[in-house]
Amino acid sequence: MTAEMLAFAGVAVVLLASSLGVVLTPNLFHAVLYLAAALVATGVVFLLLDAPFLFAVQLLLYAGGVVTIVVFAIMLTERLVGASIKQASRYLINGALVSAAVFVGVVGFLVQMPPVGPRPPWPDDLTVMVGRALVGAFAIPFELLGVLLVIVLVGALYLARSES
Amino acid sequence: MPLGAYLALAALVFAIGLFGVLTRRNAVGILLGIELMLNAVNINLVAFGRFHADLAGVMFTLFTIAITVAEVAVGLAIVIVIFRVRRTVDADHLDLLRG
Repeated sequence: MTAEMLAFAGVAVVLLASSLGVVLTPNLFHAVLYLAAALVATGVVFLLLDAPFLFAVQLLLYAGGVVTIVVFAIMLTERLVGASIKQASRYLINGALVSAAVFVGVVGFLVQMPPVGPRPPWPDDLTVMVGRALVGAFAIPFELLGVLLVIVLVGALYLARSES
Repeated sequence: MPLGAYLALAALVFAIGLFGVLTRRNAVGILLGIELMLNAVNINLVAFGRFHADLAGVMFTLFTIAITVAEVAVGLAIVIVIFRVRRTVDADHLDLLRG
């Protein structure tokens, strides 16, 4: 129990620090690197929640895929403009007030939440259950996801095609 | 750790992401803030699913991650097109549709 608390505290510190780095650092490229750290920390939170399959998906799709695309987009726009894009922020006070209000609102619900007991064990190996659900109860959403990915692929190619 | 700890952590990450969306000028920076907020929601989904031993939390998170990747691809394509046309990705200057 103590080891789990230590792990949770460590991951929480890393996740919150890198999240603050994403929104506060003036250099956009550094913000992406902080985002990668935050995404990996989120994956470790999934590990703490006994979901190693989601940890792998998080690393492959988010930390591998999304970060690569964003870095690519930053490089492309910076190369076109010929200078480093400045990353100024505005409305800092208002933004902080709104975010703090949302956080306080959510925590207000959290403290009223009835206590939830200890975690019941999974009936089977999680990866096995995910695989069964993907071809069982979640088969139609899974197929629709394939359609969505094709549409997105074609749409992104169409949007970003060259003028000629 | 109790469920509330995970939910509080997710709420904090969500608030930080919201702060980024509200304060960033750069369109890519706004997208990064949206990524943080979606991640916070994923933590909530997995935590609720785990503490109720419900597979739906994990499945929904899988679908959220896949759809988020699609959203980032389209969003960045739009940003690149905007940059090509307007030579800027500053969200304050993109007011062509303002009435």
